[in-house]
Formats: sequence, structure tokens, C-alpha cells
Amino acid sequence: MRNTGERIVQNALMLVAFSALASLLLIAVFIFKEGLPFLLRTGLRDFLLSSDWRPQEGHFGIYPMIVSSLWVTFGAMLVGAPLGIACAIFLNEFVPKSVMRVTKPTIELLAGIPSVVYGFIGVIVVAPLIRSHLGGPGLSVLCAAVILGIMILPTVISISVDAIGSVPNSYREGALALGATRWQSVHMVVLKAARSGIVAGVILGMGRAIGETMAVIMVAGNSVKIPHSALDSVRTLTANIALEMGYATGQHRQALFATGIVLFVFIMILNSLAMAAMKKSVK
Amino acid sequence: MKRFMIGMAMGLTVVGLLAGCGRQSAALVTVAGSTAFQPFAEKLAEQFMAMRNDVNITVQGGGSALGIQAARSGTAQIGMADLVQLPPEAAELVSTTVARDGLALIVHPANGVTNLSIEQVRGLFNGTLKNWKEAGGADQSVRVVSREAGSGTRSSFEQTVGGIRLTAEAIIQDSNGTIRETVANDPNTIGYLTHGLLSEKVRAVRVDGVDCTEAAILEGRYKLVRPVFLLTKGAPGGAAKDFIDYVLSPEGQGMIRSYGLLPAK
Repeated sequence: MRNTGERIVQNALMLVAFSALASLLLIAVFIFKEGLPFLLRTGLRDFLLSSDWRPQEGHFGIYPMIVSSLWVTFGAMLVGAPLGIACAIFLNEFVPKSVMRVTKPTIELLAGIPSVVYGFIGVIVVAPLIRSHLGGPGLSVLCAAVILGIMILPTVISISVDAIGSVPNSYREGALALGATRWQSVHMVVLKAARSGIVAGVILGMGRAIGETMAVIMVAGNSVKIPHSALDSVRTLTANIALEMGYATGQHRQALFATGIVLFVFIMILNSLAMAAMKKSVK
Repeated sequence: MKRFMIGMAMGLTVVGLLAGCGRQSAALVTVAGSTAFQPFAEKLAEQFMAMRNDVNITVQGGGSALGIQAARSGTAQIGMADLVQLPPEAAELVSTTVARDGLALIVHPANGVTNLSIEQVRGLFNGTLKNWKEAGGADQSVRVVSREAGSGTRSSFEQTVGGIRLTAEAIIQDSNGTIRETVANDPNTIGYLTHGLLSEKVRAVRVDGVDCTEAAILEGRYKLVRPVFLLTKGAPGGAAKDFIDYVLSPEGQGMIRSYGLLPAK
């Protein structure tokens, strides 16, 4: 009796586990099914490298969106990565454990704030600051980078904290015994040992930044053009899909799914890089 | 395990009860399309259903293009579209004009420009007029705010002005509300929205010397106006016809007016 019960639960759990996998697979199949015919018809080069996006006239070039996505993500990394890593070092090495116990969950709460709220803060606070002090429309690469940089902090910090925390204490003690100062032991020994974990955290944060949609639509301005400066308004791949999906029919809709494929490939690459980095850290 | 089963059973019962609440014998009418007219259609449907117990109307958005598509395929009995010119594929549908909507050109209250000719509007949105100086304003660069490709408001605007090929510099916002916010926050922007959503945070510009007011739109002096169509496959019949008749009745038209749109006639 007990055995059958156990088996039922076991199988049910397995079913649940596989359904998660299956939904991922289904999503991938669906995106490719909708977008691939379009890609094959238009040709990869015309789609990826043309900068003419006028769906009403049948021109579908997403080059500006690709460039914009990369710039916005790169900017978010410039803001988020140093802040996040510095915060992780500080929490692990320079404050008592009791402070860490309060601070870390608080930072992780940041991940629970809806992206609309981040976007709203970007529109109301950050964009006007940029417009009045630096010029341009305010809704820009810079604004998106700042907002996304803050949004990826919880990811970067919590993974970096774990990576730094898993460096054995004997390393630190060894460094101190050799006469290193605390900072020297941190940046010459601890950071080196935790490097791959930190890199994984940064890459996962990057994946979050490139995939974020709502906040970016609100703060990036969504112009379809290749940005010439950080103050230009841009449209990312995700924003392009979300903005136009509601109205798109026929070829336009397929082009948006093809945009989804490009995004899918980007994120797959980033995630495999992160996994490879993490694997290295386990060794 | 047992407790889990009981929970499940209770959950299912509640879902079943809720599902049973719908009106069983009512005639179903689906209305779909324009997101601009959707909130008005919802209120009209609510009022209509309060009078008619035997009809159940569901209103969905999706945009004017979807409204045309849904009416053609029959997934909706009534499609909503607010385009100046219906596309060729809508030719087979019967269209009834139920309201009119003025498109207001808006700038920041601090912007010095009060009047623009259609020619200047075209230049601003095409990106050939890059400085407010060229349109009679301060020496500041122009920032254009528009809607996303496919939006009914955008295509109506571009068709009524004519000859617009939107500049790549244009900032794109995805609703009337966010356009208003963007313009309200930046003295050098120009955008457009349905005149029912004007507020004191932005200022409507005169077009060819005509203010965007209800009177000017009704008299046909204000140029940027688009009709709102209800589309049916063949002449409307049954409950769909009753609903359209209600929208066109003095009561329905009065409600449309009180919500900020303009009556059809």
C-alpha cells in the first residue's frame, strides 16, 4: 500500500518535471515554426543586416534592434556588474555575518519588484535628469542601461556572494599569513578563486538584461535607428516584439517571431556561457 | 494525500459553480478590434445588456486590423476599426460609422508654437523640419513622438495628414496615455492623440488656424478626424443589429459624446 503510494507520487513528480521541459520545448518549436519560414524566405542577411524596418511597406531589417540590444545590455553591465561585484565583496569580506544576514535578503527583494515599477521610475526620475543635464530626449540608451543595471543587481550579487562565500577560509588565512593586507588577500586570492562563479553571475545578469521588455519599452524611447551616442533613443529586440505583436498579421507577425528566434539564440548562447563558467568553478 | 484530494475536489467544485454562472440561453455577440474604441464599446455593451437580458456581448481589443480580420473570418460578429481608409480586404464587409474621433496634435505647454500648417506637421513628422525655429518656435531641436507601426491611431494620423514617412528619429510609445506623458515631460516634443484624452498637462496646437474643439470637428473645419466603424459580414442581423442600432440611437450617441468621442452625424 505504502509502496504504491510512493510510486504514484514519484511518477507524478516526474510528470511535473517533464512538463516543465516539454513546455520549453513547445515554446521553442512554436517560435521556430512561426518564424523560420519567414527567415528562409527573406534570407538571413536581409533580415539581420538591413536597417530598414517598415513593416507596412514590407521591409523587415532588424539590424538597428540587434545593435541597440547589445548596447543597452553592455551599458547595463557597465552599471550593474561593478556595483554588484563590489557589493558582494563588501558583504562577504568586510562586514560581520549578521549584517550579511539582513542585507542579502533585502537585496534579493529587488528582484521581486515588478519591471513596470522600474520602468516608471526610469520615466519619472532618470529620464528627466538625463534630459536636463546631458541633453537629448532622456528616453535613451543611458536611461535603459541605468535601469537595467539596477534590475540585474540581485542576480549578480546573490551569485557572486555565493561564489565568494565558497572560497575556503584557508585561502584567506594563507594570504594573511604571508603578510598580505585584507584588500590584497581579497583581490589577489579570493577574487581569483571565485572568478568563474562571478563571471557566471554577470552572464546570467546579462541574460536578464537582454531579455527584459517592459521596463525597456518605457525608458528606451523605441526609435528604430542605430544609436550614435548613449543619449539616443533606441528599440531593443524584445521591445520590438512586444510593441508590434498586438497589431501584426501575416508577414509582419512572422517577422516578429523571427525576431524572437534571434533573441532565443542570443539567450541560449549567454546561458551556455554561464553554465560553462559555473562548471569551471565547481572543479 | 487525502487532504490534497479534498482540496482538489473543492477547487474543482468552485470552478464548476463559477462556470455555471454564465447566461445559458443568451445570444452571444462578440465585438473585437480597435483598442481606442474598446473602452467605449465595453460601456455601451454594459448598458445594452442591462436592458436586454437575452443578449450577451463580449468586447475584445486587438487593434483595427484584427477587428477587420475577425469580422471577415466570423470569429467576431462585429469588428471595430477606426481607420480613415478601410483596407481593401474590408471591402466585403458592411461598415457602419458609429462615432468620429478628432486627433489632437499636442506639445508641451511651455512650447511657443501655437499654430501649425498641415505642411509643417508633415515636415515635422517626416524629419525635414528639425528645429522648432523653422516652425515659428524657439531654437530647439524637434523630438517627434509617434505610435507603433500597425496602430490605428497612427495610420489614421498619417493618412489624414498625408505623405508622412515617419522619421527614424521618432520616439515610439505604445498608447495614447504614454504619448501624453512623454510630451508632458519634454518641452521640445510633438505628438498626437485622440482628442478625448487631452489634459491640461499638454497643449493642443491649432492646425491650419483651427482649434481642436468639438465644435470645429462637428462643423468639419478641423481636418484631423477619423471615423469609427463597426463592421459586419453582410448586413447586420439579429442581436448584432440590435446592438449597432443601440449604439446609433440617441441614447447610445449621447453616451459616446459623454465619454469624449463625437457622434457619427
